[in-house]
Amino acid sequence: MIDALSSMLIVGGVLFYLAGSIGLLRLPDLYSRLHALTKADNLGLGLLTAGLALHSQDLLTALKLLLIWLAVLAASAASAHLIARHARRQEAGS
Amino acid sequence: MSTTSLLILDGLLLISMVSLAWAALTSSDERRCVILFMAFGLVLALAWARLLAPDVALAEAAIGAGLSGGLLLTAVRERPQSAPTGRTDSVDNRHGSRMGLTLHWVVTTLSAALAVTLAWALGHAFSRGPQDSLAQAVSANLAASGVGNPVTAVLLNFRAYDTLLELAVLLTALLGIFALGRARPGYLAAGPVFDGLARWLVPVLILAAGYLLWVGAHAPGGAFQAGATLAAAGVVLRLAGRPDIGLPHGIALRIAMAAGVGIFLLVGLGLLLLGRPFLGYPPAWAGALILMIESAAMVAIAATLMLAFLGGRPESFGLQAVHEGPAAPPVVVPRSEAPEAMSRAEFETPEARDRFTKEENRC
Amino acid sequence: MAELISLSALGLMLSLFLGLLRALLGPNAGDRMVATQLIGTAGVGMLLLLSLLLDQRALIDVALILALLAAVAAAAFTGQQQETRHD
Repeated sequence: MIDALSSMLIVGGVLFYLAGSIGLLRLPDLYSRLHALTKADNLGLGLLTAGLALHSQDLLTALKLLLIWLAVLAASAASAHLIARHARRQEAGS
Repeated sequence: MSTTSLLILDGLLLISMVSLAWAALTSSDERRCVILFMAFGLVLALAWARLLAPDVALAEAAIGAGLSGGLLLTAVRERPQSAPTGRTDSVDNRHGSRMGLTLHWVVTTLSAALAVTLAWALGHAFSRGPQDSLAQAVSANLAASGVGNPVTAVLLNFRAYDTLLELAVLLTALLGIFALGRARPGYLAAGPVFDGLARWLVPVLILAAGYLLWVGAHAPGGAFQAGATLAAAGVVLRLAGRPDIGLPHGIALRIAMAAGVGIFLLVGLGLLLLGRPFLGYPPAWAGALILMIESAAMVAIAATLMLAFLGGRPESFGLQAVHEGPAAPPVVVPRSEAPEAMSRAEFETPEARDRFTKEENRC
Repeated sequence: MAELISLSALGLMLSLFLGLLRALLGPNAGDRMVATQLIGTAGVGMLLLLSLLLDQRALIDVALILALLAAVAAAAFTGQQQETRHD
């Protein structure tokens, strides 16, 4: 039962990752590619860590997985903001 | 089935690494080289993980993917832009074609010699059986080393002399960095997004560094990885526009820089005085001694990497800083065009930021 | 279960590879930076899967460090210095 749920979560996560990468390749603009990166990838990672947390041997590992997800969430949100702002400034400047 | 997928995974890893390395080396645009090099570091960390070498993967993730990316990006934008395009040309254009050709052939020969040596070493390693490798000897003596992690045992006990020399090399590199002059001016104050990120990221990074140091005794981790993580905390502080990178001032900074080599020498000479060989730990104290040495090494490595990011001697290095208390936030270093020097408050207006943005629009 | 994990790891490697194509192609540095961030996030996912597959719990620590340092590169890329020196 736990195996089935965890498998579904992991597969779902990988599908979102693949969707994000395909978006990165096919979307026309830097700003839309940023959307693909931050939304799809982070959701994929969240599903992945949820699926892996069900397999973890102790509470510490599960908490570590949660911390990893939160850190990636915050870091990629901040990076996306920084990259978009930088690109905007470059457009405005040149 | 799982071995097939792993095989395909390894193949994709190989293709990624080679193509990233090739693209990073042959790009004409410097920024492109650096960004591809950072991506290469990330994929390399994955390769180490795949090869069941988590200590190296930790070090690669901390240093290769995070820190050297930041270092190189800062260095790329610092280059004096003599040509309007800002491209780096080969040596030919500046020193004449003869110098370029000689240099070209020297580098090619040396690289070929290196490649041949590596190929020979690889062939040699594959032809030996596992009973000849040193891993057996390490596992046999692990109990006497004071730690449970074989990598830490080798680095800090069986080959402690090598680590001492490595730390001495780091200290020498640091002196070389100081010879470059004063530290670069800091960054503009970050906007609320990155500032908010830095507020919790720096404490978490410091905690992670302490965790890696502690866990290095019985699991992958150790002084180098912890030092790199600590340095990353300082780098985040600096990138967020804080004037302080987190280094101490004056005498404390000198002690931090020399801590790695110093503690090794203290322990080694102390053991000599007690009648034991240099750095020959008594097995009962080995664990405690190793932890002590690792803590000092972590501080020294973090200080080296942070000062490398600063790019020179910080203002807080002077001894008189001890008497003045904490260093004041550095104001704009006055240049020859003194009337253009602005106060920090004026810096944070959008127009001032846009003025300096134009310097970086190259990619 | 191990088959599923290894297939998922392969899927993540595929998505990393696609991001790599963007890093090599991307017309300007911002695109390459975004692709590097994707490689980082996919790397974190792959490390977590590998830790289960290869039975190495230390890889979770590697994933943690990678996740924490992901923002440093982007900040170094876009940070503005107080003044640019003309040596």
